[in-house]
Parts: sequence; C-alpha cells; structure tokens
Amino acid sequence: MKTRWILFVPLAITALLFGAFIYRLTTPPETLIQSQWINKPMPLFDLPPATAGVEGLKSSDLADGRPRLVNVFASWCIPCRAEAPQLEALKAAGVPIDGIAIRDRPDDVAQFLRENGNPFDRIGSDVQSSVQIALGSSGVPETFLIDGKGIIREQIQGVILQEQVPQIVAKLEKMK
Amino acid sequence: MIAELGLALLWMAAALACLSLVAGSLYLRSGKGDLAALVRPASVAQGVLTAAAFAMLIALFVRSDMSVELVARNSHSLKPMLFKVAGAWGNHEGSMLLWLTILGLSGALVAIFEKRLREDTLVATLAAQAALSLGFFAFLLFSSNPFKRLPIAPPDGQGLNPLLQDPGLAFHPPTLYVGYVGLSVAFSFAVGALITREIGPAFARAMRPWVLGSWIFLTLGITAGSYWAYYELGWGGWWFWDPVENVSLIPWLAGAALLHSVSVTATRNALRAWTVMLAVVAFSMSMVGTFIVRSGLLTSVHSFAVDPERGTFLLALMAIYIGGALTLFALRASSVAEGKKFALLSREGSLVINNLLLTTILALVLLGTLYPIVAEAMGEKISVGPPYYNKVAGPLALILCLVMVAGPLLAWRKDDGRKLWSRLPAAILAGSAVLFGLILFGGKVGVLPLLGMTVAGIVAVASLAPLWGRNLRRTPLPTWGMVIAHFGVAVALAGMAAESAFIKERLVAAAPGETVTVDDFTVKFVGVRPIAGPNYTAVEGTLIATTPSGHSFTLRPEARTFPGLMGGAPTETNEAALLTRPGGQLYAVLGQPVTGADGRADRYQLRLWWKPLVWWIWLGGALIAIGAALSLLGRAQLLALWHSHRARKAEGRYA
Repeated sequence: MKTRWILFVPLAITALLFGAFIYRLTTPPETLIQSQWINKPMPLFDLPPATAGVEGLKSSDLADGRPRLVNVFASWCIPCRAEAPQLEALKAAGVPIDGIAIRDRPDDVAQFLRENGNPFDRIGSDVQSSVQIALGSSGVPETFLIDGKGIIREQIQGVILQEQVPQIVAKLEKMK
Repeated sequence: MIAELGLALLWMAAALACLSLVAGSLYLRSGKGDLAALVRPASVAQGVLTAAAFAMLIALFVRSDMSVELVARNSHSLKPMLFKVAGAWGNHEGSMLLWLTILGLSGALVAIFEKRLREDTLVATLAAQAALSLGFFAFLLFSSNPFKRLPIAPPDGQGLNPLLQDPGLAFHPPTLYVGYVGLSVAFSFAVGALITREIGPAFARAMRPWVLGSWIFLTLGITAGSYWAYYELGWGGWWFWDPVENVSLIPWLAGAALLHSVSVTATRNALRAWTVMLAVVAFSMSMVGTFIVRSGLLTSVHSFAVDPERGTFLLALMAIYIGGALTLFALRASSVAEGKKFALLSREGSLVINNLLLTTILALVLLGTLYPIVAEAMGEKISVGPPYYNKVAGPLALILCLVMVAGPLLAWRKDDGRKLWSRLPAAILAGSAVLFGLILFGGKVGVLPLLGMTVAGIVAVASLAPLWGRNLRRTPLPTWGMVIAHFGVAVALAGMAAESAFIKERLVAAAPGETVTVDDFTVKFVGVRPIAGPNYTAVEGTLIATTPSGHSFTLRPEARTFPGLMGGAPTETNEAALLTRPGGQLYAVLGQPVTGADGRADRYQLRLWWKPLVWWIWLGGALIAIGAALSLLGRAQLLALWHSHRARKAEGRYA
C-alpha cells in the first residue's frame, strides 16, 4: 500500500524539537544573572552595623568621591573564606572596601572577621536580604565596583580570583 | 547489605526486561509459540523485582543509612517519618526508580489481566513495554545508581528542600508518575497494534482502561499540585503557567483527547489512526516533560535535580522511543483504513472537534513552554508568561466547553441540528440568567471571566441533560462518569472565572491590635509569637476574622525558617492560613517585620485576599477525577457483569 507523506509530519516536528533540545544541551544557557543596576546609582538603603566595632553602611556613604568595592558576603558562606586573601590584597593596594553581610548574626560576623581578617571599612547587616535583592545580586560572594558618585559600574559574581586583583585595582584607578 | 541487594534486584529485573524483548521479537518474527510463553512470566517477574528494589531504597531512607550517597544527600535522621519515606522519591535517582517501578508493575498488570487482545499483539505490547523499561534501566544502572555507597559515611544527611516538606507534596510526584507511566501502556499498546496491524475496537477497549486510569491520576496530580502551590508558596495564585506546571498539563490534554477518541474507536471503529497517534503523543509528552524538568533545559521556580549530562542520556533514549514509534506510525498508519464514516453533526463529529481543540491548546502550551529555547537559539532572551497562555488557551477552552455541551446530546453517526436545539433550552436559559445577572449586579467584570461564568452555567445544566428522562438506577456507570466529569468542568470553570473577576486584595503593615478590612471581613491582627516545629522555627501570627453576621474565626499564618543545609543560608517558607467559607476563601500570609522610624520592628506585613469561589476549582478537579473513576469502574468487566446482574434483578422487581 502507498505510504502517505502527511503521516511523516509528526516525525518531522519531533525531529525539529529534538534539534532545539540538542542545541540547548550543547550550548548551556548563560547562568549568570547580571544586575539591572549597572550604570545606575546604588539603590537607597541604610543598614545597621553587622557586628560590634564596625560601622553600618548606608547608600550615601558610597558617594564620597572615592571609587570603591562593595562586597556582599556572609559568615556561613564557604567561598567567602576563599575570597578573603584577595580582599586583603585589594585593601593593601589602597582600595576602599565596604561589606554587606547577608542573613548573618553579629557573633558569627565577628568570628568570621577574626578568622579571615577585616578588609572592610563598614559592614551593613542585611538580615532579610532586602538590599541584596534590591541590588539584583543572586548569591554570595558578589562584589560591586562603585565609582566616586555612587554609581554601580561593574558586578563580579562569585569569588574574586587572584589574577583579577590587579585588574580591579586598575579599573578603580581609571574611575578616579 | 540492603543497598547491595537493591542493586542486584535491579540488575535481575533489567535482565528479565531484556529477555522479554528478545523472546518477544523472535516470536513476532518466527511465530514460534513457545517463545511467546516466556514473555508473560518474564514481564510479571520484572515488575515484582523492580518494586522490590524500590522497597529496598525506601528501607534505606527509613533507617537513615547515611553510608548511601543518595540518603546522605536527601535525608536527615531528624526528619519526620513521612518525609523520610518521601525522601526516597524526592530526588533524581529515586524518582527514576519510582518511574521504573510503575513502568514494570504496569507491564506486569497487562501480562496478568489482558484477555481481549490477540496473542501476537499482546506479546508485541509487552515487548514494547520491556524495551521502554530497558532504556530506563540502562539510565539508572549506568548513570545514576541510587544505591551507591559513600567511601566515608557522614554523621548526618543534608535534608530535603523545605518547600518539599509538605505532606501534599510527598504524594504529589508519585501520583503524577502513575499518570505519566500509565500512558506508557497506551503507548506500548499503540506500538504493539502497529506492529501486528491489529487496530480496531478490541485494541481500543484494551487500551481504554489504561488511558482512563492514568488520566485520573494526572487529574488528581495536577489538582493537588495546584492546591499545594496555592497554600504553600504563599503568593495566592493557583496556576502560574510555569514550565513545570505546563509539562504536567500537556500530557493531561493529550490524555483528555485520547480518552475521547479511544471511545470513538471502541464504540464505532472510527478514528483509528488518530487514536494510535494520540497514544504515541500522550506518552511522548510525558517523557519530554520529565526530560525538560530533569535536564535543566528550562529554568523554573520549582527546584529539582538538574544535570545536563543526564539530559543527553535521556534525550537519546527519547529520540529512539518517540522517533521509532512515529516512524512505525508513518509507515503503517496508511494501511489502517479509517473505519466507519460519520456525518459532521454527530457524536463522532463533536468528538473530532473536541480532539482538534484539545490538540490545538496542547500545541499552544507546548509552543509557549519551548519558545524561550527556540528564541534563545536565535539570540533572543524571552520568557513567555501568563498573559500569553490566558489569551490563547482561555478562548479555546471556552469553545471546547460549548462543544462539550452539544457532544453528549448528539446521536452517534448522524444527527439533526433542530433536534439538538430542542434539547438545549434549559441550558441556554441558565447561561442567559448568569450573563444578565452579572451584567446587572456584577459591577465591572472582564470579558473572559464574564464569558467563563456564563459558559459554566450552560455547561452545568447541559452536562446533566444525559440523565433526563432516564431510569437513574439503570443508567450505566460510564454515563454517570461522563455527567459528573463534565459537571466538574463547569464547577472548576466557575471557580476560575469568579476568582479572577471578584478577587479582593489588601497588603498592609499592621501593628498588633490593628484592624484591617477585606471585602466583608474585619480582620484583627492580634499579634505574633515564636513557635518551634520538628525541624524549623517559625513566627506565627494570630488573626481574628469577623464576618458581617458576627461570626469570628481565628487564622494562624506562619513564616517558617528552616536551618541552612551544610552551613548554607537558612530557607524561609510561608504557610498561608485559609478560612474556607461557602462563598470562597480568605487567604492570609504573614510577611516580613517592618522596621519603623525608631528602628524597632513593631509591625508586620500582612497580605489578605478574599477569593470568591476559589475552592470550586479543586472541587471541580476532584469531580472530574471521580467521574473518570466511575467510567473506569463501569468499563472494568467484572463490575460491568455485577452491574448488569443488579440491573436484571431490579428489572425483575419493578417490571
């Protein structure tokens, strides 16, 4: 009996569908979510101190003319420990660094600073992650490069690597 | 030893699946009967052994055996027992084993009970089912062994995603899986019948209970899943058109179409190729759905195990199964004569339109779900949201409901248009009453909700029409089933339309002692207190809702905090408090504390909704499942015999 070609249509549609699947599996999607705030001023916030002896952080602190880093971290975050030496190196290179501690407790933050050093000028405590969410930050650690006017210029997701330290210093120099 | 025994059982079951496939294929080639005799017992043994392996896995979770990697990653010794057991399938490997268990047990049931099919078609069906199992055995044994031991056992496990720690969700995946995998039997029947070219009423009758059965489970699974999302996620909605929701809806739509077309094939020996095609599509959509969720192809608000490597394995499997079945269909379907002819205005005609509408909705939902992938292949980032789905699926669903009004009132083969109208006055009257009532007293109502409620009124009355003038005691169960299921559609539709038309929302920051009004309720925020659960801490709010008639009800919404897993951040969930009234539900969520100007957190965010008729949505879902279950009971031969016996007795008594 003659084969009717229309009966192959479902097979053809399926083949197309699978083509799309294969494409997607072989080229995994961009998983990093970039903040919508790049080239915009910091959202307004005013965070209480995260631990005794270190000032809290408010958005107006960030527009004092000096380009700086804002590091989003937490004491419960293991990669943040791995990042600590790079922050120390940046601090040593004269970069001002402020911190936002996410869902943290004062004692834990103090403990974290004792163990890993304290490169921060100020640390705000973001207990509800509300500032983190407002910043469009999707995890810890995450670092924002802020120019002297308090405008976010770049977002680094994940741990700052050793080789990135000189690049960051250079970028902040250029913003001056 | 339990883990090793489980793995050994899996290998034995896989070997038996291999035996069924080889013996079945050789028999179909040579026609030697003694080979066929092997297939049935092998299928039964395979199902039993797979189920035993799954029981071993549950035992490992119950004993919190942390030396097994899967248990260590997905369980915790302090978890309540229900969630320990549910932990067995609340993860990738375990859910694949559950999938295989249901696949094997369905094969075993077919092997034991199926008496209607020719020997060669049955063997071909069982061989197809074995081939399906074999692929998933390979997947489990080579790429995701659930019984893998850890070199060093950790002191305790990681727990289970707190969002999934809900009794409803513990049973949600198994319910959906029974539905998905039940469709695998329909798929295997279709493949078997294509191989032996036996497509006709006998084949359709053999397939129908499986389609009905799996569709019942899909209906229950989707209804329960929707209710879970409604009260657990705390966002107040009942359907989000999320990819994970869509991939359960798509097989349901295919199953609904198949359910109706298989009836046409069983009763009238028509639509044969179409029924076979739908059987292939329905299970294919179940596999595609599972694949999409498991492979990380689409991101979703629901979190599941995601692994592209495994995605590739699954994709290859599916290409073989779906591609193979569709090729077989393309080569063989033209040799299947379409069967008996019918006029457009007939029961068959209405079912054809029903099928076309259902498959169109299916295609549009599938398109919306997959479009982001295709768009990204072309360098665009797009997400498709509820507005698209509501716009394309809403109107089609309403037309589908109108077809549902007419269909059951039409005669098979050929009917008269004027006669159809004469059967409808009560339904049209009901619809007009709803429409005018809403226009006069309803205030501002959107077009779609307005039409929705009108159509619901028409369907509610018309769905009962097949019972008019009948002796209710002698009405066959499948007719009762159809009436109840169609009435359920009307109930659910009314709930959806009323909720979207008349919902009231209040979002406030309230201090203890403050009073808020939402619709007719006065809600007093009494205060909050901390409470401790078995593995979480929570803040519980106390609200007293008072109706205009002076009745008071206490609502206790909770904001729960689960400790972080492996030193990670804690997770927060919201337990909404629901007050169910005849007219709808009051839905309360306790949000974050609000810090005042003086820095003290003295107020709390409260979110209050009044949702008219919202619970009708799930009541409707339950009625649809009950209706389908009655049809299934009526179709099962034993019950049919019992029923006719009873009917004869009744006749004797009253005649």
